Amino acid sequence: MIRLQQVTKRYDAFTAVHECSLHVRQGELLVLLGASGSGKSTTLKMINRLIEPTAGTIEIDGTDTQSVNPSTLRREIGYVFQEVGLFPHLSVEDNIGITPSLLGWDRARIRARVNDMLDMVELDPDGMRSRRPNELSGGQKQRVGVARALAAQPNVVLLDEPFGALDPLTRDALQQTFQKVRRESGMTAIFVTHDMVEALLLGDRIGVMQQGRLVQLGPPEELLERPVNPYVAALMDTPRRQAKALSDLSDA
Amino acid sequence: MHELLARLPDYLGGHLRLSLSALIVGVAISVPLGVLATRRRALESPLLAIAGVIQTVPALAMLAVMVPALAMLALPSIGFLPAFLGLTLYSILPILRNTVVGIRGVDRAITEAARGVGMTPWDRLRRVDFPLALPVIVAGIRTATVWTVGMATLSTPVGAPSLGNYIFSGLQTRNYPAVAVGCVAAAVLALSLDGLVRMLEQGVKAERRWLTAGATTALLVLAVWSGAGLAYGSNFGGAPIKIGAKTFTEQYILAEIIGQKIRAESDREAQVLSSLGSTVVFDALKNGAVDVYVGYTGTIYANVMKRDPQHVDRKVLVQEIDHWMQQNHGIRCLGAIGFENTYALAVRRDFAKRYRLHTISDLARVPPNTRFGADYEFFVRPEWRTLKASYDLGSLEERIMDPGLMYQALDGGDVDLITAYSTDGRIEAFDGALLRDDRSVLPNYDAILLVGPQLFWDAPEAVDALRSLLGSIDARQMRHLNLRVDVDGRSPASVAAEFLANQAKIEPSGPPKPSPSGSSGQ
Repeated sequence: MIRLQQVTKRYDAFTAVHECSLHVRQGELLVLLGASGSGKSTTLKMINRLIEPTAGTIEIDGTDTQSVNPSTLRREIGYVFQEVGLFPHLSVEDNIGITPSLLGWDRARIRARVNDMLDMVELDPDGMRSRRPNELSGGQKQRVGVARALAAQPNVVLLDEPFGALDPLTRDALQQTFQKVRRESGMTAIFVTHDMVEALLLGDRIGVMQQGRLVQLGPPEELLERPVNPYVAALMDTPRRQAKALSDLSDA
Repeated sequence: MHELLARLPDYLGGHLRLSLSALIVGVAISVPLGVLATRRRALESPLLAIAGVIQTVPALAMLAVMVPALAMLALPSIGFLPAFLGLTLYSILPILRNTVVGIRGVDRAITEAARGVGMTPWDRLRRVDFPLALPVIVAGIRTATVWTVGMATLSTPVGAPSLGNYIFSGLQTRNYPAVAVGCVAAAVLALSLDGLVRMLEQGVKAERRWLTAGATTALLVLAVWSGAGLAYGSNFGGAPIKIGAKTFTEQYILAEIIGQKIRAESDREAQVLSSLGSTVVFDALKNGAVDVYVGYTGTIYANVMKRDPQHVDRKVLVQEIDHWMQQNHGIRCLGAIGFENTYALAVRRDFAKRYRLHTISDLARVPPNTRFGADYEFFVRPEWRTLKASYDLGSLEERIMDPGLMYQALDGGDVDLITAYSTDGRIEAFDGALLRDDRSVLPNYDAILLVGPQLFWDAPEAVDALRSLLGSIDARQMRHLNLRVDVDGRSPASVAAEFLANQAKIEPSGPPKPSPSGSSGQ
């Protein structure tokens, strides 16, 4: 369970996130949706303290994140980066096993865990284990990125536009893989995206951010049916029109 | 050639010892400093600026400055330490800069990922920043390696034996094979060390154990071998008596004569530190890094004592110097060796004919911008100021050059006028005219033996051996000895041995001549 109360991030005169309050239930996937610069990534990074909030409190399972050492905190939270950020000098195995090794797991346990993770993200362990990141395709890289985020069995996983740079087919495949993995493990997740369709498909609830403020938070149906302002309405209109165009085509 | 190569282990060992220790300490200082600069942003610019300023100091000046600086701190100021410190300072910039650039150059997405997976700053440095920056850092180390090995040849004038000894003495004594041996050996050493560092990097990067192990072993063997030389040298039956020699042939020969004399007549070992700068050698004598050297009265009187040596009786000069040295530095002037080595001005015969030159006063007839070649010191010495003022020589165009090359430059017409030394062997072989100092403005330059305070306590028998050299070499003899080296291409050591053997024949058991005044040279 993640709870944000009145969380604010200011850079000099610019306010990136303004008094954001929300809470994410155990096992839930919350999507933060918004245009670039709306503050959604900043909000996400404040949760594992990659960015320190200016004001407000963030609790995970009742513990204030400010009371925990940042690197300890981050080892307990999975994080999938927009740019993937695999370590180019390490093999796939060492990339996935990085957080477990920081936590001091023994070799055999790390090895077994890496195999499980490769299976889970649908990569062949024997073929992939010793490859370097520059020998992987974009989709394979992001699968490894997801595996790395989940390797230390975190209770919470944060995803920052993880599939944004992938081609539509790969993205679709990865979305499905991710949903399967998450449901099996029962993790709590926050997923940042600017893609409305992705938000509607994945999110248990969706929070819409606009110029640093959380303007609406609710299940997909609520956003589609009762948008609180014209911006949310416009956002929801796009997937609706796409769906209509598709159904018209298949009817014809 | 055989004689040249016999010295190779010594010079190469000294060179390697200097370069390796300077590099190792340079890496040990610069890499952590570079890491610090990337962690504390405010430090980056000042650190790089300081390293940059150090780099702009000319290498030779840097090494020379170490001598008085160390002397001020009462540390050994001649030999290994000043050269080592200078080279270490020099190696900092490339390594520091590449460390900073390498670590800064790590992709931001990767450093953020490193934080994101839960690395502490130390984990990040060890597991991500450092391995990714390594190729750039190693490139910096390799640059520093080549620079340091090259620059170590300049450590000869501060008394650290290196391959530079071949080059410095070779240039002075016109022994070009020696220069070539020094240059080639230094280049081969630079390339070999560079290759080893590269092998080490590749071994680490590709996790090829045998390559890493091979390169490490090779570097260790080199370090131990060069270090062993140091230990062996320093444990050899008490410290050797150190004889300083300035940067010209006559000084090499005299230092060899002194060394061989001490070895023969006392039970002490003697070591010649050759090619020391003129001020370096006096500083070295003051602080005990050198025990004895041959100075010249005019130089000491004007440059060290800062007095005007003109028209002072030469015997009085020697006594005054002894008195002043004893009072101020505890140094003794044992007396004159017998010859005088004064500055003279030399011109080509055709040039002398054209302008009817016999004396320095006649130079009033040469056109302005006549090219005047002189050694490194001459144009800043008081003698030149005096000459210029007395003979109105301000319109000459000053050209500084190595004394070993001056006659060649004069012959080839690159200059029209040079400084010559009255004991230079090449004067005899040279077809030209010497201009008389008709207004007697140049002081006397009697060669004298200067002995540091310790030697009187530590090795009185060596001081006795030195006394027997007083009054034993006149100008004609000195010119002849110089000629044997400069023109005949003999080594200073063999010429010195021959001289001592001849002397022993003339006076088989002759008593030492304790005359403190010396005989007239010319």
